[in-house]
Amino acid sequence: MEAIGLQPVLFVSAVLFVCGVVCMTTKRNGIGILMGVELVLNAANLNFVAFSRYTSLGLDGQVIALFVIVLAAAEAAVALAIALNFYNNHLTIDVDRGDELRG
Amino acid sequence: MDSLGYELSWYLRIAWLLPLLGFAIEVFGGYWGTRKTKTAAYLAIGCIAAGFVLSTVAFCRWNAETGAFSHSGEAAVHEEHASLRHIPFAGQAAVADHAEGHAAEHAEHGSGEHVHGEHASDGAEHGGAQHDEHHAEHQSIAALSGTIYTLGKFGDLEVSIDYYIDSLTILMFMMVTFIATCIHIFAVGYMSDELTEDYVDHFAHTSDGHHVHRPGRFYRFFSYFSLFSFSMLGICFAGNIFQVFVFWELVGICSYLLIGFYTERKSANVAANKAFIVNRVGDFGFIIGLMILWTYCGTFKFGDYEVDGHERPGLFSMVRGHDGELAQQGSDVILKTHGHDGHWQAPQEGESKTIPYTLLVVAGLGVFGGCIGKSAQFPLQTWLPDAMEGPTPVSALVHSATMVAAGVYLAGRFFPVFTTEVLLAIAYVGCITLFIAATIAIVATDIKKVLAYSTISQLGYMMLAIGLGGWAAGLFHLITHAFFKSLMFLCSGSVIHGCHHEQEMPKMGGLRRKMPITAYTMLVGVIAIAGLAIPGTGQLMSLLTFGAVDKPLAFSGFHSKDAIVATALAYTQLNPLHFLLFLTPLVTAGITAFYMFRLWFYTFAGDPRDHHVYDHCHESPKVMWVPLVVLSFFAAFCAANGEQGSLFGMLSFSEPVGLADGMTATGTAAIAVPSHHAVHDVHGTAGAVALLAAVLGTLTAYLLYCRKVVDPENIRNQFSGVYNFLVEKWQFDNLYDAAFVRPSHSVARWCAACDRNIFDAILHGSVKVCIWVATIDRKFDEGIVDGLVNLIGNVTRSVGLSLSVFQTGRMRQYVMFIAVGVVTLFALLFAFMPKA
Repeated sequence: MEAIGLQPVLFVSAVLFVCGVVCMTTKRNGIGILMGVELVLNAANLNFVAFSRYTSLGLDGQVIALFVIVLAAAEAAVALAIALNFYNNHLTIDVDRGDELRG
Repeated sequence: MDSLGYELSWYLRIAWLLPLLGFAIEVFGGYWGTRKTKTAAYLAIGCIAAGFVLSTVAFCRWNAETGAFSHSGEAAVHEEHASLRHIPFAGQAAVADHAEGHAAEHAEHGSGEHVHGEHASDGAEHGGAQHDEHHAEHQSIAALSGTIYTLGKFGDLEVSIDYYIDSLTILMFMMVTFIATCIHIFAVGYMSDELTEDYVDHFAHTSDGHHVHRPGRFYRFFSYFSLFSFSMLGICFAGNIFQVFVFWELVGICSYLLIGFYTERKSANVAANKAFIVNRVGDFGFIIGLMILWTYCGTFKFGDYEVDGHERPGLFSMVRGHDGELAQQGSDVILKTHGHDGHWQAPQEGESKTIPYTLLVVAGLGVFGGCIGKSAQFPLQTWLPDAMEGPTPVSALVHSATMVAAGVYLAGRFFPVFTTEVLLAIAYVGCITLFIAATIAIVATDIKKVLAYSTISQLGYMMLAIGLGGWAAGLFHLITHAFFKSLMFLCSGSVIHGCHHEQEMPKMGGLRRKMPITAYTMLVGVIAIAGLAIPGTGQLMSLLTFGAVDKPLAFSGFHSKDAIVATALAYTQLNPLHFLLFLTPLVTAGITAFYMFRLWFYTFAGDPRDHHVYDHCHESPKVMWVPLVVLSFFAAFCAANGEQGSLFGMLSFSEPVGLADGMTATGTAAIAVPSHHAVHDVHGTAGAVALLAAVLGTLTAYLLYCRKVVDPENIRNQFSGVYNFLVEKWQFDNLYDAAFVRPSHSVARWCAACDRNIFDAILHGSVKVCIWVATIDRKFDEGIVDGLVNLIGNVTRSVGLSLSVFQTGRMRQYVMFIAVGVVTLFALLFAFMPKA
């Protein structure tokens, strides 16, 4: 079944990636940024899976995609904890307010 | 016997150490929060009085065992033929001890070593018993000696704390503790104006002309007093010459502290320095003597001792043996190292230890040099009058009764080691001293200075007696003099206290109406020192005391001076060449009576000369006059019955061996020392002429200063040359000033100039070079090294600062940077990467 080739998948992946980056750059809400990160990660995942399907990469790409999902879950847990703490300290999750470390 | 020495040493040891304890508490306890408390005084008095009680106990024990005190001097003379002064228990004991002896002794000493080792850890507990040695067993010498504690052993040199107890030691302990107790009590009254937080010293001025204000030093005074008592008792207790030297120096430093007690007064400082430095001159000789004796004899100990179970002779036995003779062989003296049980002889065969005769003389002279310094004898007598700068109780305790007596005591203690040449030197030194000091005392007007010169003069008498072989007579005078001189010093203290620190006799006069107790106790002292007696009252005294006393009615000074003059007369009969040794003390006896009565008439009799002083003076409080009364009793009666009396008997009990029968020496000084019989034979004559001299002196003083038959002023003008010579103290101070002080000052100035112009110049020059080099070095450091380091730092910092602009803290911006950066990187990659 030669339904779709590699390019369409890469295209979807690029769109997802750009969406994620745009989300990260425009959202002031910390949770929103996290969502953007998830989009970026999933775009990468999609690339891995696609390359493993269409090239001679074999199962490696899919295994790495699984790793990325696990890492993303761990990262989300940590990031949500940071968000909660951030809220405790600032009574908001607007990331622009967290600028104490600016030079 | 062992046990007696052990027991006595414990009594005396505690009596000796108690003042040290007092001193420690007074020093560390300070003034207990306030300077107005007398606690320190009570503590010091308690210590010294307890010492007196213990000395008395020791005295009673000694007397009970030896019968020395109840044994009259005259009897000693008669028993001389038997050549023993029996110690009742000793003679028999010695034999028995020997029989059962050695086995036990060896056993003891097997463990003796062991105990020796323990010394360091468990203190002196066992040491005394182990090393007790008992000369008294040896029939001839009545002394107990032993070691308390061995401080250290350096090769052959053993430094230890020993004791040497005989009648002299015990009498010195009694005398020192008793007189010190009296003076301590007196000082509570005399020093009471120090009981304040703000003491005004009227004799010291600050640079702006005001009187010096300082806190009172009552407690300090008494702590010094306690230290002094400890040191003085240490000298008497000491069983080796090195130990004597240690306490000798301690006494010296106490004297320094006490003379300079009013440390704000320049004169007091100068006097303290003078006393200390002049004493060093004498001590230099002392050290030379010590070195010679140790080099040749190998020990410092006075008495015999034991090493590893073997008996060894002490210094006295080594030089004199048991018969008191020097074993001369050519120009050497053989040391008596052979024998046992105190019968020491020169070895018959084999190696014998010898000491060159000349060195023995030098050693004797050296040790006597120490005595000269301490006892203020010619030519080192100049420090004592100046030492009157200290408070009067100090003068009484330190510079009349005890410290200066230490010199005489040592001369007496070390008598066995002195050869005839040394004895002759001692006699002449004493003779010169007693005359010079007495003549100066005639013209002195300061009440304390008169007493100071009379002290020097009386010390001269003692030295003279010892030099003439009148051992017991000299030390007899030491004891009696201590009583009446401390009495007179305390009386003068009472006068000075009553007259608000006025010391000049011309401003006094008639004081006996204002202070009767002081005046009449002083009179007792004056009569005692003048040596007055009522002739022909011997019979009366005999009746009154049921035959116990058959000497004429007289105070202590008569008896002791009598004994000295008699010795001198007997000596002169044997050695007509040295007739001055009799004439001078005889004449001086008259001078003594004259100046002492002059002092009394000047101060207490006649009409007041200065009404300001007279109106303000008052009798001293009870705490001050009670000691006067007590001391005056002893000054009067301590020598009761003279040479038949108990005191003299006790002293002659411990007399060096062989003196009683006289000595004859050939060689460089062909001198014969009179036997006791010879002295006894001329006693009547000597006593009569001495009394005549004293009466003449007294009469002259009475006529001049009481009856005013001739105005002393006229005599003074008539003999102004002599008068000025005497006022200038025979020019001694000027002589020493010219001979030693000024040369050393000019040498010092020269050295200072040298220092300033040469050494300082070199130093300054090198310093300048150093500074110049350092300046350059600094510029290099600051400009180049520091500049480089700073530059790196500054660049790093500015780069950091400029980069920190990007650190905005805005997360979305960072993401933008990343995104734009990635895009830019890709763009660049595509644009510039070579196409494959």
